[in-house]
Amino acid sequence: MKAKVRKLITFVEETRTEMGQAIDPPTRRAAAAAVIENPFAGRYIEDLTELTEIGEELGALLTERAIAALGIAGPAAESYGKAAAVGENGELEHAAALLHPKLGTPVRKVLGKGAALIPSSKKRGGLGVPLDIPLGHKDAAFVRSHFDGMEIRVSDAPRANEILVAIAVTDSGRPLPRVGGLRKDQIKGEDGLR
Amino acid sequence: MSKVEVRKRVTIVEEIFHEGGPVAAKPLRRAAALAVIRNPFAGKYVEEIAGFMDDLKPLGLEMAKSLVAALGGQAKTIEGYGKGAIVGSAGELEHAALWHVPGGYAMREILGDAKAIVASTKKVGAPGTRLDVPVTHINASYVRSHFDSLEVGINDAPRADELLLALVMTTGPRVHARVGGLRASEIKGEDGLR
Repeated sequence: MKAKVRKLITFVEETRTEMGQAIDPPTRRAAAAAVIENPFAGRYIEDLTELTEIGEELGALLTERAIAALGIAGPAAESYGKAAAVGENGELEHAAALLHPKLGTPVRKVLGKGAALIPSSKKRGGLGVPLDIPLGHKDAAFVRSHFDGMEIRVSDAPRANEILVAIAVTDSGRPLPRVGGLRKDQIKGEDGLR
Repeated sequence: MSKVEVRKRVTIVEEIFHEGGPVAAKPLRRAAALAVIRNPFAGKYVEEIAGFMDDLKPLGLEMAKSLVAALGGQAKTIEGYGKGAIVGSAGELEHAALWHVPGGYAMREILGDAKAIVASTKKVGAPGTRLDVPVTHINASYVRSHFDSLEVGINDAPRADELLLALVMTTGPRVHARVGGLRASEIKGEDGLR
């Protein structure tokens, strides 16, 4: 493995009631995160290839861990998202190198499909910084019931020379969706949007 | 609905490979099971609350079992444990104390004859409050290598009328433990202390 991984973390959330309404089956979402060494910490490096390649291997590893934590097969996933927090000795572009060029293809391979853009967020921050991972339907970005976000944090990461990178996967949308818009049963699934 | 109304369950698993030193042959794993429930005593002073401890027992067992499952399914691999609770702002600290018996005894039951007292902490707090759950060896509280803690929290809990309950288990010593003291191999296992 190219990435120097200090730690892997998984989070699973299951919502059973909301405002007194039973959620049955419960909505469930998982995030898998890695704390890795930032190979470019502390200096300006023009070529970020090493991080894009690390992104590719973490795309597969973290997606597999997230669906394993949910106990589902890849195609049963409904929405996804990704995010990274760069420690203080790194630059925001390091998060971009991890997340954007190559991470998505293995995510989609594990999930079977994934026509939609994988929503993302990035930031620089200190240990314990919260990461709000945006979520959207994996096959049609306009499915309104699945616009969501999942907050995670790891109390001892990222250290100055580290990057925290996370992939979130759900088997459902928000607990009580009722603001209209495109529904998942209306997805055409051709352009990743509708 | 049962007397215990669960809004949400969260599971967090950490797998730690190193912390700047040699990579562990067997990574340390730590997990937390969290439950967000309605606080039946919120908003008023209720003298008789102890009966709720019995109501919480099934939830304690469910959470303890889910922790063993999250750490690989083998109770014999669990070496450390701890528990904690956060009371929403309309409750009182004493409500957190309701978790000692159902939380602690559930873990001891699942882990066989765990002898040591279950380390614990509690506070009153707002949604997103973090709790450092203390961890000690399951059979001998003085085992220095297993003194640890896991920071937990949920961004949207506990609401004012809720309780956030936590159980934590770990599979071994701190990843680079080297400050001496009683070792796990020296446990007598008679009094839960040494």
